[in-house]
Amino acid sequence: MIRVQGLTRRFGDFTAVDNVSFEVASGEIFAFLGPNGAGKTTTIRMLTTLLAPSGGRIEIDGLDVATHHFETRQRFGIVFQDSSLDSELTARENLLIHAVLYRVPRRERAAAIERLLRRFDLWERRDDLVKRFSGGMRRRLEIARSLLHTPRVLFLDEPTLGLDPQARNQLWTHVRTLNEQQGVTVFLTTHYMEEAERAAARIAVIDHGRIIAQGSPAQLRAQTAADSLEGAFLKLTGTQIRDEDAGSSDQMRRMARAFQR
Amino acid sequence: MSVIYILWWRQLRRYGRSRARLLASLGQPLLFLVAFGFGFSPVFQRAGQGNYLQYLAPGVIGMGVLFSAVFSGIELIWDRQFGFIKETLVAPVPRYQIMLGRTCGGATVAVLQGVIVAVVCTVLGFRAGNVAYWPAAALFMALIAVAFTALGAAIASVVEDFQAFPLVMNFLVMPLFFLSGAIFPLRGLGTGLTVVTRFNPLSYGMDGLRGSLTGLWQFTPALDFAVLGALALVLLGASGLMFARIEA
Repeated sequence: MIRVQGLTRRFGDFTAVDNVSFEVASGEIFAFLGPNGAGKTTTIRMLTTLLAPSGGRIEIDGLDVATHHFETRQRFGIVFQDSSLDSELTARENLLIHAVLYRVPRRERAAAIERLLRRFDLWERRDDLVKRFSGGMRRRLEIARSLLHTPRVLFLDEPTLGLDPQARNQLWTHVRTLNEQQGVTVFLTTHYMEEAERAAARIAVIDHGRIIAQGSPAQLRAQTAADSLEGAFLKLTGTQIRDEDAGSSDQMRRMARAFQR
Repeated sequence: MSVIYILWWRQLRRYGRSRARLLASLGQPLLFLVAFGFGFSPVFQRAGQGNYLQYLAPGVIGMGVLFSAVFSGIELIWDRQFGFIKETLVAPVPRYQIMLGRTCGGATVAVLQGVIVAVVCTVLGFRAGNVAYWPAAALFMALIAVAFTALGAAIASVVEDFQAFPLVMNFLVMPLFFLSGAIFPLRGLGTGLTVVTRFNPLSYGMDGLRGSLTGLWQFTPALDFAVLGALALVLLGASGLMFARIEA
C-alpha cells in the first residue's frame, strides 16, 4: 500500500531524512516512532505531498506520489499533529468544506457527513462551533473528516497528543474498528509507546533521519533484549533528551493551543 | 468552481460571525470622516472647493475597502499558523483555485465593509449622485478589493508572523492611500507629487469611485477601469505564484 525507497530530504546542509526505505502492507497498522527532531514529521509531510523530497521515491496504492499528486491525495486521509480545523465554523461546516475539496458527490455529502458524525459521537454537536469543542472532540472530528472521502490510507501524526486517557482510549478504539471493519491502512506516529505497541502490527524507529530498526513490537523487544517497547526504544535511540528548536510557527501553535483551551 | 465557491463561502461565514471585526474595521474610516471631514470642512469651503465631506466620503469608502482587503492577508497567516491551510494544501485541488476562492472571499468582505462605510457616510451627510452610476461605483470597489486582497495574500504568503505583516502592509499601503487623492484633490500639486500620484494605481481606483458617486472625475472612467483592471490581474498572478510556493 505504501512503498518508500531511498527517501531523502535535505534543508541546506542538514539532512532531515536520510535514505529511508520501508513498506506498509494493505490493511496494516504501521507505527513510525522516533525522538523529537528524528525526521518523523518531515517524512509524513513528504508522504502526504506537502513537502517535495530531495531524493527517493514514494508510492501510495501503486501510484508514484511525485507524478500523481492529486490521485494520491484522493486516496489518503490525514490527521495532522496540530488541529487543522476551522474553529470559527461548526463541525458540519468543517466536514462540508472537506467534502467539496475532495469532490464527494453533492447528493452523497449530507448522508456521509451524518454517518461519520454519528459514528464519532458528534452528531448532537454538529451545529456547534468547533472552538467550543474539547481536545478529544476535535480529534474525533478530524478523524471523521479525514474519512469523508473514503481514503484507503489514513495518516495519523501524533493523534493523541494532549488528550486525556479516556479520549485516547476512545480514539484508538475508533481507529482499530476502522482498520478491522473497513481495511483502512493506518500510518501513525506517536510518542506513547504503549499505544504503538497495542495498535501497530509493525513499527519502524527513525533517529537522526535514518531508520534504525523495523519489525513487530515483539521483534523489537527481542532484538534489544528489552522487556517493553519503551525499553527497546530507549536502547535504540539512547536516553539523552533531544531539544528541538521551536520556530515561530511552533510558538504560534502553542499559543493557539492555549487559546483553544 | 465548487472549490472556489466553498472557500468564498467560508470567508463570508467567518465574517458574518465576527461582529467585533465588523465594528473594529469601521473605526478608522469613521475617525477619518469625523476628524478630517468635519475638521477641514470650513477650510475647504473657504478655499472655494465646496463641501469637503462630499469630497472626502468616497475616499473614506475606498479606504474601508482598501484596508479590509489588504488585511484579509492576516487570515492567511492565521490559517498557516493555526493549521487550516494544511487542510486545503493537502486536498486534491490546484492551488490557484484555493487562492482564487480565498481572494474572492476576502474581496467580497472588503466590498461589504465599503458598503457599510457608505451607509455611515450617508447618515453623516454625504449624498451620492445619480443612482444610475452606483453600479460603476460597485465595480470600482470590487476592483480595488480584488487587487488589494491579492496583494495582501501575496505578502502573507511570504511573511509568516502576525507582527511583521501589519508593518509591511502599512509601509506599502499607507503611502498608496495618502497619495491617491482620497483625502485631497490631485489638481494643482507640485510636479514631483503629481508624477507620484499618476504612478499610484490607487489614484485611479479612488477617482473611479469618486467619479461614480459624485460626478467629480480627475481622469476618465475608461482609464480608471483599465489601470485598476490591469493591476488586479497582475496582483492576482503574483499572488498565485507566491501562494503556490507556500510550504505547510
